[in-house]
Amino acid sequence: MIAIVDYGMGNLRSVEKGFLKVGVDARIVNDAASIDNAEGVVLPGVGAFMDCIKNLTDMKLTEAIIKAIGKGKPFLGICLGLQVLFSESEEFGVCRGLNIFKGKVVRFPKMELKVPHMGWNTLDIKKRPPIFDGIEDKSYFYFVHSFYVVPEDKDIIAGTTEYGVNFTAMAWKDNVFAMQFHPEKSQELGLKILKGYGDFVSKA
Amino acid sequence: MLAKRIIPCLDVKDGRVVKGVSFVNLRDAGDPVENAIFYDKQGADELVFLDITASHEKRKIILDVVEKTANDVFMPLTVGGGIKTLDDIRELLKSGCDKVSVNTTAVKDPFFVSRAAERFGSQCIVVAIDAKRVIKDTSYTDDETWVSKPSLKEVLLENIKDRLTWAISTHGGRKMKRIDAVKWAKKMEELGAGEILLTSMDRDGSKDGYDIELTKTIAETVSIPVIASGGVGNLEHLYEGLVYGKADAALAASIFHYREYTIKEAKEYLKSKGVTVRL
Repeated sequence: MIAIVDYGMGNLRSVEKGFLKVGVDARIVNDAASIDNAEGVVLPGVGAFMDCIKNLTDMKLTEAIIKAIGKGKPFLGICLGLQVLFSESEEFGVCRGLNIFKGKVVRFPKMELKVPHMGWNTLDIKKRPPIFDGIEDKSYFYFVHSFYVVPEDKDIIAGTTEYGVNFTAMAWKDNVFAMQFHPEKSQELGLKILKGYGDFVSKA
Repeated sequence: MLAKRIIPCLDVKDGRVVKGVSFVNLRDAGDPVENAIFYDKQGADELVFLDITASHEKRKIILDVVEKTANDVFMPLTVGGGIKTLDDIRELLKSGCDKVSVNTTAVKDPFFVSRAAERFGSQCIVVAIDAKRVIKDTSYTDDETWVSKPSLKEVLLENIKDRLTWAISTHGGRKMKRIDAVKWAKKMEELGAGEILLTSMDRDGSKDGYDIELTKTIAETVSIPVIASGGVGNLEHLYEGLVYGKADAALAASIFHYREYTIKEAKEYLKSKGVTVRL
């Protein structure tokens, strides 16, 4: 079973429905024991970094997530679920993240382009993760965010997207797959990623 | 590169799709879930359900529509119409929609927008602005822009041009407000709106094209995305709204609803004219 972590933020139902659509057993959970027992952990979410970390801490879920990643369980981070993996965010001052990856979460600079970055944009695949079967380079995915991650270790950058800046839209290291865009909102191609992740979990 | 979005809008009344002309003379035309799936297959970038159900008891029907749609359609869904409380938003998000669009409630209580943005995130709070061309009465202060309908003769008179502006309306266009639409858009952004859904009430249902001047003025004033709406009668109108009006997304109802054009045809046309779209 794959655990979709519910920490009181964001639209988790569409992630659950996406997995259901492609025949992958994934359930919404909100306790550490369920994360411990899961074969894979999905951290979705949109909203503020600080609220996310606060909720995860209040619900005593941070350790369970860090432990699951440490044990090598396949992890899928979506949007905020990518950002909180990093050391710190500059949103509302400085806020500490899960520190799985070294690096920062920063706001799009003041520019002519609109913020939030909202809509369909292309992903340049730098390194193809095993959950990306059948996804062509420069495919369109749905984004909605005002902050993006800046990894210290450039080797974890699996995909980038251009929006005023060329930012990290996908990070991948070993068992950790994380993306800024929303596969659950990216129609066929997004569902392919969820399926790819489901297959990877069942083979792991 | 970020693609310009094409957004079909479904007007839903008591759980059925309708399309009106200037919000009256509604014609019944089908099941919203079927329509949503149809648009999804054509490659729509997002979907908007505008719930125009009047009776409060029947309001729950839209939740069921959203829930069923979200089982099969995996793209952003926005629901607008009749949202009065934070609980209404929560219920909608829980049933599977991603954004909600508010108009009347925001006008009654602008801080509703900030409370909603704080609780659910700016990304899911769309403020719908129904704007209408008016003549500014200089005897009023800036904030109290006098609202009156300019006659054709007045509009044709050059000397009135600099007094032309847009005021907002609520209750689906039935009530005019003494609020300048451009200032209102800026204020909504400041209070935490994540997007503006801008409808020209003069053009809505007319098939004469978007109010380009209105769209451009607001798109250049705010730094959040603007969806142009109201008046699309052909594909060129979509182009004009996105390019001349500088909108980030183009919303249309009847041209897609009555199958005059498919979404794919619209996108192919835009692409041929050099607009970045997702095909």
